[in-house]
Amino acid sequence: MSAARRLLRFNPRLLQSRTNKRTAAVTGAAATPPHTSVGNAVLFSGSAQCRRPEGRVTVHFINRDGQKITTSGAEGDSLLDVVVDQKLDIPGYGACEGTLACSTCHLILEQEVYDQLGHIIDEEQDMLDLAYGLTETSRLGCQVCLSRSLEGATVRVPAGLFDMRRADSSGSSSSA
Amino acid sequence: MLLMTCKPDRATLKYRFCQWSVCGRAPFSSCSPKVCIVGAGPAGFYTAQHLIKSRQDVEVDIYERLPVPFGLVRFGVAPDHPEVKNVINTFTQTAQHSRCSFYGNVNVGTDVSVKELQQAYHAVVLSYGAEGNRRMGVPGEDLAGVHAAKDFVGWYNGLPDNRKLHPDLSCETAVILGQGNVALDVARILLSPMDMLKKTDITQPALDLLAESRIRRVLIVGRRGPMQIACTIKEVREMVNLPDTRPEMVAADFKGIAEAVKEVPRPRKRLTELLLKTALDVPTEKEQEKRSKASRVWGFRFFRSPVEVLPAPDLSRAAAIRLAVNRLEGSGEGASAVPTGEVEDVPCGLVISSIGYKSLPIDPLLPFDSRKAIVPNTMGRVQKTAGVYCSGWLKTGPTGVIGTTMNNSFDTARALLEDMDSGALDVSSAKPGSQGVTPLLEKRGVKPVEFSDWEKIDNEEIKRGVAMGKPREKLLSVDEMLHVART
Repeated sequence: MSAARRLLRFNPRLLQSRTNKRTAAVTGAAATPPHTSVGNAVLFSGSAQCRRPEGRVTVHFINRDGQKITTSGAEGDSLLDVVVDQKLDIPGYGACEGTLACSTCHLILEQEVYDQLGHIIDEEQDMLDLAYGLTETSRLGCQVCLSRSLEGATVRVPAGLFDMRRADSSGSSSSA
Repeated sequence: MLLMTCKPDRATLKYRFCQWSVCGRAPFSSCSPKVCIVGAGPAGFYTAQHLIKSRQDVEVDIYERLPVPFGLVRFGVAPDHPEVKNVINTFTQTAQHSRCSFYGNVNVGTDVSVKELQQAYHAVVLSYGAEGNRRMGVPGEDLAGVHAAKDFVGWYNGLPDNRKLHPDLSCETAVILGQGNVALDVARILLSPMDMLKKTDITQPALDLLAESRIRRVLIVGRRGPMQIACTIKEVREMVNLPDTRPEMVAADFKGIAEAVKEVPRPRKRLTELLLKTALDVPTEKEQEKRSKASRVWGFRFFRSPVEVLPAPDLSRAAAIRLAVNRLEGSGEGASAVPTGEVEDVPCGLVISSIGYKSLPIDPLLPFDSRKAIVPNTMGRVQKTAGVYCSGWLKTGPTGVIGTTMNNSFDTARALLEDMDSGALDVSSAKPGSQGVTPLLEKRGVKPVEFSDWEKIDNEEIKRGVAMGKPREKLLSVDEMLHVART
C-alpha cells in the first residue's frame, strides 16, 4: 500500500490534502527536485533552474545537523507528505505514518507561521506532550498542511526525535 | 591505490572489493562486515535499519526465536491501536533489503550459542527485549485468577506461550496493579464494547471469552498519587471516552492537586488536569446522560500497594486483594509511597499485575545485571565483551514506546559503526556470517523460517481475517505457523 493511501486510511483529515494533490497533478504540476543548501551556496540536484509550477509551496527544512534543505509540496500536502515524497533524510521521521500515534514528525515552526495555523486538536496536543525538545511553536508535521500562506516558511527538525515516555521517567511503564 | 581481491559472497557469488588504506599504512579490508542481531522486534529492526543505511557494505542477519517477526509490535501493542503497528511497514522494507536476512524459529541460547554467533559474525547485537515479569512478591500471587499483565496481553494478542491462559472473567470486579499504559490497555480491552473489539486483530478465542465476560468494574491501582501516575494522556482520554462506561474516582485522592498542578511541566499538567476534570468536575448534560446509562465502571485508586491476594473459602482462587494504604512523602516525580499501617480489602475475582516486564539472561557467559535486569552496557556496548552490543529494552530497561526504542537502537548502531571506523571493532578478516551458523542449525535439526516464509503466514492470517471481518486472524501456535511456513 502506498504511503499516501496508508495516510488516507488512518487520517481522514488528510482526505482534503490528497484531493488537492490530485488536482495539482492533473493541472500538470511536476515534482520539483529537492536541492540542498550548504551555508549560502545552493546546489541544485536536478536541472539548473527549478520550475515552480502553480499549486506548489516551497518550504525549507533545517535538519538536525543544521543543513538547510529547500523543497516543495502541493497545496494541501502535510509536512509529513513532503518529507516522505521528497525522501528527505530524517531518520525515523513519521514512524506511525501520520496517524497521531507518535511524535516523531515533530517540527519547530516560525512564530508567525505557528500563529496563523490556529487551533490544535487535543489528539495532536497529547502527542506533542511526549515530543522531545517541545517548544512554544512546535507542531506535528502530519497535521500541518501546506497552503499559499506557508510559502517560503522554514521549519526545524528538533534535536532528538524520541518520546518523553522513556526509561528514566520514574515509574513509567510501557505500551504502544 | 586500489587492490582488487575476490571473495565469494554467499550463494549469489557476488564479488567484493577490498581497499588499501591511504597513506601507505598496513592495508585493511573493509569488505562485508557481518552483523547479527538477536531479536526481531522494533529494537532489532531499527538497529538493522540504521546499520544498513549508514554503510553500503554491512550485512545484517536477524535471528528470532519465534517463526514470526516484530516482537511487541505484534504481541504487545493493543489490538485497538492498529496505527501504532504501521512501523511494520518500515521493518518489512528493511527485512526485504538485499543486505538483510531474517532467520525465524531460531532460539539463541539453545539452538545456537552467543559464542558461536561471535565466531561467525564481526558483531552481535542483543535486542531480545524482556520476556519475564516483575513479580509483586506477595502471598497469594500464584492463586488462580491472578495474572501478569504481560501474559494477559500476550493472551489476547496471540503469543503462542500464552494461548492456554484462559482467564476467568466471571467475576464482577477486576483489579489491576500498576497505572502505566499497559495497565490502561488491559482495562480498555476488559471494558470495550464487543462491536469495537470484533473489528480488530484480537484473537478469536479472546474475543469469545470477552463476549461472555461478567466483569463490570475495573480498578486501576497505584502506590502513589494522581501526579505520579505513569500512563500518558492519550490512554486516559481513551478511557474517558470509552462507550458505555463511566468513571468512578475517590475525590479525596485529589486533595491539593488543583493547586500543585499549576507549577508542573506541560505533559504532567495536561494529564493531571484531565484527571481532575474527570474526577471532580460536574459533567456536561451529554456526559451525564452517558454516565447514567453506562453498564460498566472504571476508576483509578491511588495510594494503595498490594500486600496479599486473599483466597476464596475453598482456597482455589483469588477472591479479594488486600491493599496497604500509603501516604506520599515528597512531591513531584520523585515522591515516594510510605505505608501508613492501614489496610483495605477489595473483593475481586481477577487480579492483573502490571508492574513491569523484565529481561532475562540467555547465556551464562554474558554479563547480566540482575538487579536492573539489563545487560550492563555503555552506550550499547556490552561491558567487558568486545564485539557484543545491545539495543532496546535489554539495554535500558522495559519502559518506553516504539519511538523511544527507535532512538535507543539508532544510538547502538552509531556506536557499532564508530567502532568499525576506528578499528575498535576488527572487521579486517572475513567472517562466514550465516554460512557459519546454518550448518550448525541443520545438524541440530533446526530449520529457520525465512522472511518469505513469514509472508506466507502473513497472507494466511490476512485471508482468515477477511472471513471474520478482521484485519487478520492470527495463527496461535508455533506448530501451525511452521506448518504454513513450510507449505
